[in-house]
Amino acid sequence: MQKSLILSALVASAFAGAVQAEELTGTLKKVSDSGIITIGYRESSIPFSYLDANQKPVGYAMDLCSKVVDAVKKKLNKPSLITKMVPVTSQTRIPLMVNGTIDMECGSTTNSKERQKQVAFSDHYYVTAVRMLVKANSGIKSLDDLNGKAVVTTTGTTSDRYIKQNEQGKQIDVKNVYGKDHSESFLMVETGRASAFVMDDILLAGLIANYTNPKEFAIVGPALSVEPYGIMLRKDDPAFKKVADETLAGIYKSGEINKIYDKWFMQPIPPKNITINLPMSEKLKEAIKSPNDVGI
Amino acid sequence: MGNYQWNWHVIFEEVAGTNEHYYQWLLSGLGWTVAVALSAWVIALILGSLIGTARTAPNKWLAGLATAYVELFRNIPLIVQLFLWFFVLPEMLPQAAGDWMKQSMPLPEFFTAMVGLGLFTSARVAEQVRTGIMALPRGQKNAGLAMGFTLPQVYRHVLLPMAFRIVIPPLTSEFMNVFKNSAVALAIGLTELTFQMRQITGEYAPSNPIEVMTIVSVIYLILAFSVNRLMALIERRVRVPGYISGGK
Repeated sequence: MQKSLILSALVASAFAGAVQAEELTGTLKKVSDSGIITIGYRESSIPFSYLDANQKPVGYAMDLCSKVVDAVKKKLNKPSLITKMVPVTSQTRIPLMVNGTIDMECGSTTNSKERQKQVAFSDHYYVTAVRMLVKANSGIKSLDDLNGKAVVTTTGTTSDRYIKQNEQGKQIDVKNVYGKDHSESFLMVETGRASAFVMDDILLAGLIANYTNPKEFAIVGPALSVEPYGIMLRKDDPAFKKVADETLAGIYKSGEINKIYDKWFMQPIPPKNITINLPMSEKLKEAIKSPNDVGI
Repeated sequence: MGNYQWNWHVIFEEVAGTNEHYYQWLLSGLGWTVAVALSAWVIALILGSLIGTARTAPNKWLAGLATAYVELFRNIPLIVQLFLWFFVLPEMLPQAAGDWMKQSMPLPEFFTAMVGLGLFTSARVAEQVRTGIMALPRGQKNAGLAMGFTLPQVYRHVLLPMAFRIVIPPLTSEFMNVFKNSAVALAIGLTELTFQMRQITGEYAPSNPIEVMTIVSVIYLILAFSVNRLMALIERRVRVPGYISGGK
């Protein structure tokens, strides 16, 4: 009698364990077991994910991610879940995701087919277009005006690819030069070393907004490429991705997204209380209306 | 690395949208690294020898000037020096000269890096040459002068030949450093090896950064070690049997 009781208790606990394991897999199980969820953030991807004056990561993507964390807390029924912040760079974000250091990356990462070999993405929360920053008085309006001029892009980005492709198509000849980071590329245009800076329009808008006299610069030309940003997640983890996607869908449906967008793109933001002033693009409105995670 | 999809062939893949391959980018980067490091080393060796010798000269003004040069170039971080040459100097020159530097100068990144790295390294070489000269017994100089050599002749035929032999080991380190320091030139946009590594691991082939970084590290290791072996060979060839750096 005693024996069978113990046995049945064992069976019952084993069964309970099996049910638990079936419910929680991948990142959700890891987070539930450790009681910690780790977010990878960028230090200067304004206004998506960057450090404010108190060295605290803030931004549009961080706001959306904190909603996802709330949803995870609710799903796991663990309100005391600890959120850990780890800074990442464009070079480290994929290895740190794959090796389990971070559970989601909230920055300005383009959802590309190439990256999907290693990681997964939530539905998109932003769509950027690659365009040109020029001096307002330079008279440059389109790619054709760049013939014979120096064009700067930032190391590690693919913007020079779009110039090269257009170069072949349009029979123009430009000189590609490179800045180590966005502020240095901007400096190249400011000092006249380069005539145009080709980059994601939102980053260009942020640089102009931070300049002493924003009217000296303009963003011109057609979109050379359109790139969707998503929250980077671990690959083959549908349960966690579902939580992220459903959270975003909820924010999109309720219209809360407009408030969050307004806060980061239309209102003064830390650390300098500058306003980027970039109304929501048609492409982003589409992505919000019908959420998707199709990469480029 | 749990689920990392290793792909060492990534460098042989074609760059999307072009007909180039990633390994060609790395080779071109290697070419610039070697070119800028070697040309900077030539500058550093020539200037460093002159300045280092001048620091030991009896003329106080000459020695003082040489000391000032060394302290100036040795005490400012290399990356700051490159920024100064690249971004600040053209703004301080007359408009026409500045515009020429910014818009018409051929290979601006390369020549700026060559000069910047060369001057920075020359200050360090100068210190080593000076150490070599100071390490020699004072009697050598006096003996040379007593035999009727002029001071320049004493330097040329007595002091410098021995001094250089003494400082081959630290000069080896400096020669290796010039290759490694050349990576800083990516800060002014020189498309050298580290630049190409960042380019590939950034947005171009972002899914396999670890492989590309490992390959580039190994290339630097091979470069620096080759320099090390070359200098060891020179050290053996030029040794004076029984003298300070000749021993095994």
